[in-house]
Amino acid sequence: MTILPSDRVAVSRASRFRRDRLRVGGSLGTGSFWRPLTVVSLGIIVLWCLLAAFAPWVAPYDPLETVGDNLQPPSGAHWMGTDDLGRDVLSRLIWGSRLSLPLAVAIVACSLLVGGIVGLAAGYFGKAVDNVAMRLADLVLAFPQIILAMAVAAAFGPSVGNAVLALVIVSWPLYARIIRSSVLSVREQEYVVAGRLLGLPTLRSIVKDVIPNSAGPALVMSTIELGNAILMLAALSFLGLGPRPPAAEWGAMIALGSQNLGNWWVSLFPGLAILTIVMAFNLLGDAIQDHLDPRSRNARTR
Amino acid sequence: MTAKVLELEDIVVTHRRSGGPAVQAVRGVSLSVAPGQVVGLVGESGCGKSSLARVACGIHAPTSGSVRFEGAPLEPLRMRQRPAADRKLQMVFQNPYASLSPRRTIASQLLDGASEPIPREQRSAEVSRLLELVGLDPAAGSRYPSQFSGGQRQRLAIARALAAKPSLVVADEPVTALDAFSSAQIVQLLQSLVRELGMGMLFISHDLSLVRAIADETAVMYAGEIVERGPSEQLWEQPTHPYTKTLIAAIPEIGPVKKLPGLDEDLTEPAAADAGAAATNGASA
Repeated sequence: MTILPSDRVAVSRASRFRRDRLRVGGSLGTGSFWRPLTVVSLGIIVLWCLLAAFAPWVAPYDPLETVGDNLQPPSGAHWMGTDDLGRDVLSRLIWGSRLSLPLAVAIVACSLLVGGIVGLAAGYFGKAVDNVAMRLADLVLAFPQIILAMAVAAAFGPSVGNAVLALVIVSWPLYARIIRSSVLSVREQEYVVAGRLLGLPTLRSIVKDVIPNSAGPALVMSTIELGNAILMLAALSFLGLGPRPPAAEWGAMIALGSQNLGNWWVSLFPGLAILTIVMAFNLLGDAIQDHLDPRSRNARTR
Repeated sequence: MTAKVLELEDIVVTHRRSGGPAVQAVRGVSLSVAPGQVVGLVGESGCGKSSLARVACGIHAPTSGSVRFEGAPLEPLRMRQRPAADRKLQMVFQNPYASLSPRRTIASQLLDGASEPIPREQRSAEVSRLLELVGLDPAAGSRYPSQFSGGQRQRLAIARALAAKPSLVVADEPVTALDAFSSAQIVQLLQSLVRELGMGMLFISHDLSLVRAIADETAVMYAGEIVERGPSEQLWEQPTHPYTKTLIAAIPEIGPVKKLPGLDEDLTEPAAADAGAAATNGASA
């Protein structure tokens, strides 16, 4: 097979996840998983989830109402200041997590589902199915992710649903590639062949033997991709292709402040919000990856 | 020739490789197994044993030649569910660590082979029966494969094959991955199962002494062809083909002279001997 540039992208991303086959679900109770950095990132994620869940009670003001003077720097009344319409930045930040977190989960879940089905079919059935599916994936991977997402979102018109759709369209091929490659190796495993020899129907063989043994790397990757999804969603709405104003979305809030950086607090705090959550997801994903990879695990003290 | 369980006729297997010449792994092999008979197939690595085993079991279709199982042509495995009649032909694989899914309980995997759905209340009885058959704890059904040793896993793989009540088992190097003690146990188990259940077996190994212990009839394979075939004892006592003689001579022996089996060269040249002695001492220390 010739190596296409897009192959290389996927392979370099995929190879990190492929090493250990699948001990997701193995116990996290022991060993090196609970390192300080992991605990901190898990704490940040939990904190953001709680903020999102209890936003109406935690946020001091209504995120869409003018509650003070325009562009006030951080003060006792408005900890993170107010934006150009006099809205409380802290409240908008907290309400913004209600958009970013569920949407990121939705994007990753849909991409995983679409990519998983395509990758499974490609890996299991091979031949023409594989060729068609993987060339389709190449087609998408050939473009820089964010640019293609912008084009798709712009074509569909700016809205929350279209932004999610655009991001699913650009990210499913990653999952398809990873799942395909693990299905390719799992399908040849002796337990799958033995099961088929024993008369397991194809679908049951896929559900019982192939999926559980090939889902691991993709699941690990989806943890890291959660951060990426938040980032890309923010990028789209920064460009005005995400949720419509006046919705409190982190990317849109940064865009609002970017016109006049003298009012640094308008952009800084949503930026920090994105930074913390994306880093937390990346670190958590790395930790899970390390934990599941026996080689890196052995390198550390047990 | 009428009462054979498995008949292979003129099997040719050619592996195509991209960017290289095709490899002819099996070149016209004919072989048959009678009910209750154990046929051993010996040969060195790469001589086409496993390719032949996969064809004999219906995992792959032969490039040419015919496979008949219980008198009917054997359908190679496709996307469709395997026909019930063919499920009486089962296989035990070489690697006990790969032949059980790490993510399903033993009970669930053993029940894959049930010919018809078993009512819920009889399932545990069937699992215990199969586990007892291979000499394992009948209560082990709820455990996962990672909780068993290599030898135990091979027993589980055998139990799984037995669930389909096979009339023939193709055992492709079933003990190669095991140590001498476990492999002896597995061979003994297979032997007693063959006798107990009256099934035939095609036992594939590179180890002639193992095959001698278990097989009624032995075929020696070399470079994709069967070069000699006959009752095991006779083949052992009076090998006619030079390759068989080499194989027999290559069986490792513990003796006073240091030498590697299969190599005629005298290895006891001083430097090598010293290094070897050092290694042995190190190992025993």
